[in-house]
Parts: sequence; C-alpha cells; structure tokens
Amino acid sequence: MSTFLGMPVAHAPRGVGHLRGDEPFPAAARTALANPQLRRNLQHATTTIRGKSGRVIAELPDWQELRAAGSALKAYTMANLPRLLEQLEEKVTAAGGVVHWAADAAEANRIVTGLVRATGEQRVIKIKSMATQEIGLNEALEDAGITPVETDLAELIVQLGDDKPSHILVPAIHRNRSEIREIFLRAMPGVDPALTDDPPALAAAARRYLRETFLTTKVAVSGANFGIAETGTLTVVESEGNGRMCLTLPDTLITVMGIEKVVPTWQDLEVFLQLLPRASTGERMNPYTSMWHGVTPGDGPQNFHLVLLDNGRSAVLADEVGRQALHCIRCSACLNVCPVYERTGGHAYGSVYPGPIGAVLSPQLTGVEDNASLPYASSLCGACFDACPVKIDIPSILVHLRNQVPHPAGEKAVMAAAAYTMDRPRLYARAQRAAKFAKLVGKRGRGLPPPLNGWSAARDLPTPPAETFRDWWRGR
Amino acid sequence: MRIALFATCLADTMFPAAAKATVRLLERLGHEVVFPEAQTCCGQMHINTGYQKEALPLVRRYVRTFEPYDVIVAPSGSCTGSIRHQHKMVANAAGDSGLAAGAEQVATRTYELSELLIDVLKVEDVGAYYPHRVTYHPTCHSLRMLRVGDRPLRLLRHVRGLDLVELPAAEQCCGFGGTFAVKNADTSTAMLADKMRHVLDTGADVCTAGDTSCLMHIGGGLSRLRTGVKTVHLAEILASTEAATV
Repeated sequence: MSTFLGMPVAHAPRGVGHLRGDEPFPAAARTALANPQLRRNLQHATTTIRGKSGRVIAELPDWQELRAAGSALKAYTMANLPRLLEQLEEKVTAAGGVVHWAADAAEANRIVTGLVRATGEQRVIKIKSMATQEIGLNEALEDAGITPVETDLAELIVQLGDDKPSHILVPAIHRNRSEIREIFLRAMPGVDPALTDDPPALAAAARRYLRETFLTTKVAVSGANFGIAETGTLTVVESEGNGRMCLTLPDTLITVMGIEKVVPTWQDLEVFLQLLPRASTGERMNPYTSMWHGVTPGDGPQNFHLVLLDNGRSAVLADEVGRQALHCIRCSACLNVCPVYERTGGHAYGSVYPGPIGAVLSPQLTGVEDNASLPYASSLCGACFDACPVKIDIPSILVHLRNQVPHPAGEKAVMAAAAYTMDRPRLYARAQRAAKFAKLVGKRGRGLPPPLNGWSAARDLPTPPAETFRDWWRGR
Repeated sequence: MRIALFATCLADTMFPAAAKATVRLLERLGHEVVFPEAQTCCGQMHINTGYQKEALPLVRRYVRTFEPYDVIVAPSGSCTGSIRHQHKMVANAAGDSGLAAGAEQVATRTYELSELLIDVLKVEDVGAYYPHRVTYHPTCHSLRMLRVGDRPLRLLRHVRGLDLVELPAAEQCCGFGGTFAVKNADTSTAMLADKMRHVLDTGADVCTAGDTSCLMHIGGGLSRLRTGVKTVHLAEILASTEAATV
C-alpha cells in the first residue's frame, strides 16, 4: 500500500512535544522501581481496574466477535485513510466547521495558538486529550501568553503539580490523596486552606474551582475519540462531565485529532462504544458521550475548528507490521495488564504514551533511534495482545521494531557468533561442553561480567551438568 | 508412535534432565523417540532480540532437520511458540516462500509436551509418582501463544503422591523474557520478586513449569535467596515413578 498523507513521510520532530524521554527505559525504570508509593499505587490501581474490566467483559457473549469487528474496521480505515479524511473534511466544512491540516506538532501548536489569539482571549479550558499532550500544546500556549486550564480532575492534578501524566486513562495514577491535597493547597487558585485529604472534599475543591472557570472562559480545546467521515461528527467520551461543559459552554471550540481517529460510518460506533468502556474503565457504558456536528446556530460553540494531526502517523502507516499501532483507541487495557508497566509506571517510558502501546507507538512516531530502548521494555509475555479490544498484536510489533533498532556493537558480535555456532552442530557440541567452564566466571555468589551482571545481581546461575543431553544420547 | 525430540538448546546444554525425562516418559508410554543430531536452536533468542536475519539459518536448519518426521515434541512452550508463530514470519521477511511453506508444515507437527500427551497420545494419567507439594507456573508462551490451557494441570492431577497447590497470580510473567532479564534486569527482578513471593506463599517444595528458561529464572532467584524451593520441569515429574524418582 502506498501512503501519501503528510508527504514527505516524516517523523515527529525533536524539540517539541512529549514523545521522547530524558533517559533510556532501563535507567528510568530503576528510579521508578525504588519508589514504594508508586509501586503500591500502581499495584492497587491496575489490579482493581483489571478485575472490574474482566467482570464486565465476561458479561458479553460476543466479546471476541466485537474485537474482531473493531480490528477489521480499523484495518479498513487505515487502508482508506486519505479518502476518509477528505470526506471528514468535506462534511465538517459543510456543517460550518473549519478544518486545518497539521503535518507535525509544531504546525499544530502554531495553528491552535493562532486561533486562540484571534479570539483575543487569554485563557482556554481543556478536555483531557492525548493528542494535545503529545504535541506539548500547553507549553506552546503558555509561551504565547495564553493560560490553558485542564478540566479533567486527574489532568488538573498533573497540571497543578507541574508534573507529567503517567497513564493514558488515569494520568495521576502515581499520586495518592495526601499528595493531591498538598498540590491543591499549593497551586489551586482560591483553595480553602482547611482542605482535608478526604476524597469527596478534594473533588469538591476541584469542582468549585473548575465551575467558575467553565463559566468565564470563552475558548475550549479538546481531542477526539472518533471523527465520523460519513457525517462529520466528532465524539469525545469521558467520565466526569467536564468534557460536556467544555464542548457546550464556550464560544469557540478547537479540536485536535490524530488522523488515525477517523471512522468510516456512524454505525461503526456501535462496535467501538461497546469495546472502549469495558476495556478501559470497566464500565458497561461510557458515562458521558458527547457528539457534535459543526456549528448549530444559537446552541453551543459558534466557531468550531478541527485540526487534523499527522506528527509521524504517516510514517507509522507506511510500515506494514507497525501500522497496527494506529488502531489503538486509547483504552489503556494493555497498561493495566502489563507486568512491566505495573511495576515501573508510565514516567519510565519517557513519552506521553506509556505501557505496551507506548512501547510500539512512540518509537514509530519519533523514529526508532529516538526511542531505541522502548521496544525492549517488554518481556513479550503477551498479556497486552489478549487484553487489546482491537486485537493489536503488540508483541509482534515489538519484535519487529527490535530489528530496526541500532544494536550495540558487542551484542551484535555475540549474536552473530552464536548464530554461526548454532548452525554448525559439531562446533555447537564443542561450545556446549565449554559451557561447563562458564562456572569459573559465574560461580554461585559471584557476579557475571557486564552486560550480564544484571542477571547475577539477583539470580544464581544453574550448575552446568556433567554431560549435555546430546552426549548422554550418544552414550545410551 | 515414532516421535522426534527437539531438545531445545537450553535443555540440551544446561538442563539435560528435562530432555532425558521426556525421552524416558515417552518410551515408558510405549513410543519410539529419535533425536536428530543436526538440531541445535530454534532461533527464538535471535528473533526476539532483533536479529531476525541471523536467525534465518537456524530456522532453515530446524525445518530441514525435522521435515522428515510426522510428530515432533519439544519440552518448551516458548520454543514451540517460536516455531509455530515466528518461523514462517522470519522466512517470509527474508523473501523465502519455499522455506515459509516448509516452516508452516513442520510447525503444525511440532508439539509442546503437554499438547503431545493430551492431544496426540490421548493420555492424562501417565502413571507417574511424585510425592511432593508442587505448584505450577503456566509460563506466558504456553499460556498465551500456545493456549495449552489446563493440559499440564490435568497431567499433574493424575500424578500419585503429588499435592498440587494453586499458584496465586499464576498468569503473570516471571520476568524472564529472554534477553529482557539482562537488558531490563531491574524490572525483571521486580517481576521475579513477586513471582517468588507467590511461589513461597503456596508452601510448595517444588515449582514446576513446561519451560526450562522460565524455570532457570525462577530457580535462579529461589536459589539465590536460599528458599529451599526447587524448580523442576514438568517432564521430570511426569517421568518419575515409584521405581525411579528424580
């Protein structure tokens, strides 16, 4: 399949947005693993969501058929992306919206900042959105003198804490209530100094602050879960009602949507709106599903802009194996079942897309050189593939990407030597016998040399046997 | 039945007891076991570490070596998984459609031990005797790549003298993941710590599984901490009788 979107095919640019970490995964993970609060929060939260999601999924006799349908719809969409996007543009325009095409994060930020400036407003309210986190829109707005206010409770906690999201769905999963209380006391305008860490009290404090903000802000920025090509309808699903406020109260609404979020028809939502809540929050139905269609005179925002974001997606689409990563509906089921994520949390991945999907999406968006450690941030246990509501074969993409990563010279030599030996049974048998002498370097209690010392730091090596199976077989 | 044994490089080199037990068990059940000596490694380590090109000769070797046999058994869920799900892909990536077709054929005749016993040989009670308290770790690739389901447990339940105790959070990875345990040693260790905690919670003397690689990992941790809990391959338990226990 040929791809023409966003020509020439380019990766997400450096220096803007949040797709790259400061250090490789193993180093960042080491820090995270030593944080007892983080470990406890993650273990508790992921176990709870896993249980809840598992129960509601078990209620559906046709869950596997739904997954297959979701997967097929996404594959169809990717194969017809140019046509569907143009159809979406046409329908949105006909309904009174304005469509903008952004090749990358910098262009998207320029467009949104320019649109806000044109309104003369100094503040925007935001609905939780992965796309705007990806492009670093908040920083771009702040640089332009515009104050973005996150209205999703967890995103607000992250924003006020001058922090980064660590989960796609529950971005403040790494915070506990006493930390949230401290953040609110320090950074929330007009907060009651007697605030306790009682969860209802914390929610009430956020509600008071946000309610006033909703009623006095004239511009909103959102992402989109789905954009329906057939009708030009945009969709946001959320749980708190803050999204509904942002989508209905302001005069101007600007939606930033990744180009892969387009779906062909209205009826396709029948599949996705069953898959998404059960896989993500463990709910049967999503609490707030908002859909809008251009501009309705006298009702809701009177100016609507849709920014279609590429930022490396065309490059992903060009990779036959890797393009499956674009099927993601951002449910975060793969994070919740991942034994690696459960222990390291999201910050270790460096990118706003953490966990298994992040490990395949971020390196493809940026180019593998810029996220070379992420394809290895998995034991390939396969739990993510089983949990994915649109059946993305994440382990196979990880293995595929590992072939594209620049390998360390020493490792390359060892792997080449191993393959050479293993393709020569007599040489191989001699090497096997030599393995006995490995105990000289790897004796119990003693360490192996780097890079194998990580193994011997916590595990004994097996005692080499007196004879290999091969030798035993010959001697029978 | 004539059965070709793919011992796997790890069992052949470091854990021959698992491969020997597979031979003893199948012979005791009245089958003929052959060991084609041209075999070495399935190439999984290369494939999963990003050295697919280097793995190509190993895939070719596996297919050529085992093509003549109708039934092939490996005492490893992950090697069987690699053969079944990756060999064809490696051949196709190299543009070798002939090899891909051969790989697909041989893969359909390659079975993990519990699959062979239950699906092909139709036996659940292999007549084993193993008087220990045992917990079973299902291993990720047996569980999620091969979908062996409860086959190993059905085999274990028929073992006389064996007290089978359920492993909590059994489906979670032990943290091995091949070169993952080296490249991400800290995260791997954190996963291993939880797996060991669950094993110890069962009060079992023995932790068993269908893969020497996962057992090397779990066993390496249990041994380092001097827990006194042993790791033993499923084949060794099934090969044990009152006359010859391991």
